[in-house]
Amino acid sequence: MSILDKHAVLEKNATLLLVASLFVVSIGGIVEIVPLFYLENTIEKVEGVRPYSPLELTGRQIYIREGCYNCHSQMIRPMRDEVQRYGHYSLAAESMYDHPFQWGSKRTGPDLARVGGRYSDEWHVGHLADPQSVVPESVMPKYAFLLNAKIEPTYIEDLLDAHAFVGVPYTPEMIAVAQADFVDQADPFADSTGLLARYPKAQVRNFDGQEALTEMDALIAYLQVLGTMVDFSTFQPDASR
Amino acid sequence: MSKAPAKTTKPGDVSTTGHEWDGIQEFNNPLPRWWLWTFYICIVWAIGYSIAYPAWPLIKGATPGLLGASTRADVEAEIKRFADANGPIEAKLVATDLTAISADKDLASFAGNAGKAVFATWCSQCHGLGANGAVGYPNLLDNDWLWGGDIEAIYTTVMHGVRNTEDLDARYSEMPRFGTDGLLEEAQIGEVVQYVRQLSGESHDGTKAEAGAVVFADNCAACHGDDGTGNRDLGAPNLTDAIWLYGGSEAALTQTVANARFGVMPSWAPRLSEAEVRAVAFYVHSLGGGE
Repeated sequence: MSILDKHAVLEKNATLLLVASLFVVSIGGIVEIVPLFYLENTIEKVEGVRPYSPLELTGRQIYIREGCYNCHSQMIRPMRDEVQRYGHYSLAAESMYDHPFQWGSKRTGPDLARVGGRYSDEWHVGHLADPQSVVPESVMPKYAFLLNAKIEPTYIEDLLDAHAFVGVPYTPEMIAVAQADFVDQADPFADSTGLLARYPKAQVRNFDGQEALTEMDALIAYLQVLGTMVDFSTFQPDASR
Repeated sequence: MSKAPAKTTKPGDVSTTGHEWDGIQEFNNPLPRWWLWTFYICIVWAIGYSIAYPAWPLIKGATPGLLGASTRADVEAEIKRFADANGPIEAKLVATDLTAISADKDLASFAGNAGKAVFATWCSQCHGLGANGAVGYPNLLDNDWLWGGDIEAIYTTVMHGVRNTEDLDARYSEMPRFGTDGLLEEAQIGEVVQYVRQLSGESHDGTKAEAGAVVFADNCAACHGDDGTGNRDLGAPNLTDAIWLYGGSEAALTQTVANARFGVMPSWAPRLSEAEVRAVAFYVHSLGGGE
């Protein structure tokens, strides 16, 4: 009986077949996945990417809550048409502090990976409240309620803590002053020196133009930082990709 | 129970697995040859492929593959291919005086098409796909221009934007918030709104408008002009043409006077090339309102 005839043993024993299939499939999985954890070039080094500020991170939570990822991707693929429309193709480093990442898989609306700075805050407020008022052909739902949803940084330390737990480099100091940073970023008259030292180039202003701090502030703060962190003047593309 | 049929095995027949149920036997056929060979060829192909293309993870990085495949190099080459193809005419566009573009038929055709593509990608979200604007975002088809409608003024506006914080050369002006900051009484605002509606020939309250004329002369004329026709150096709109950026109703005008408006346009210098800005300026200028 040659070895090839022994497959009958596997075929006649369901449990053994299951275990053996799992073994074979896991070889493929391990070869593909494990190297990503140790290879040095998985996330190429770039200048400028920092963890999200407390307000931006909260905006990101709202982005996830409202399911924005169902219609908007955050992944500019390395293709001419995408690069010309949306900007430089996305880099792994740009989503290294995203848990979970927001690459998305469907574009009913445009890609948002580099939407930061592309539109004014006022445009975002008008567009989120009533998308058709600025883009008549849009099929996006209205999110006007964000303007009325006031937010407090009650649980912001926990949110930063959770992100620190999964590897985002929030220092204990950042977490300790998170509540103040959260409020200060939407207040153009606050002393933002510390905030800017902790989160370089963070944009500090009243995002939604209202006195109260609302979910609209947080979401716009998040949208306005998307894709703006990497300093492309120092970026050297790795040719082996 | 049916009776087991007599065995009809002849020499040359395939053997059975020995299973039998109600007289049904299971042949032990080998795999079809074509299938087996396809399987073997796929294995050989996979080995060759993993040598030719990036594949095997090593200590520091994956094997690069003999063909040197790189999606990043591909996209760079692809962009360069188009840039090279458009290079001469783009260089010509940059070298030509803005006002002289329309005289050169080929150049005008290129600038018009390129400008249309730039407009659809970068400008349509605010100004509309047909450049007809929206509340707060100027219509670019009419001949009412805030900062000037000749091609050079349009070029400057696109290049540096309006009231943004990223570009020091951005066009800038700021209307005082007459109501919020208490510069005018509520009644005075009501009067000047009536006067502004009178300027544009809309229905208005004559008595109030008369009083509003004084308020206007004291507070508004410095920027909007004594006759209300505006001042392009300050981006102060012409108030006599019945074209309203934020609406001409009494409510909208009251809001404008009381809280002022502060429309922002991004600076496009960091995002668009010189040729692209020139092309889109040419396109917008050609839409009908260009001066």
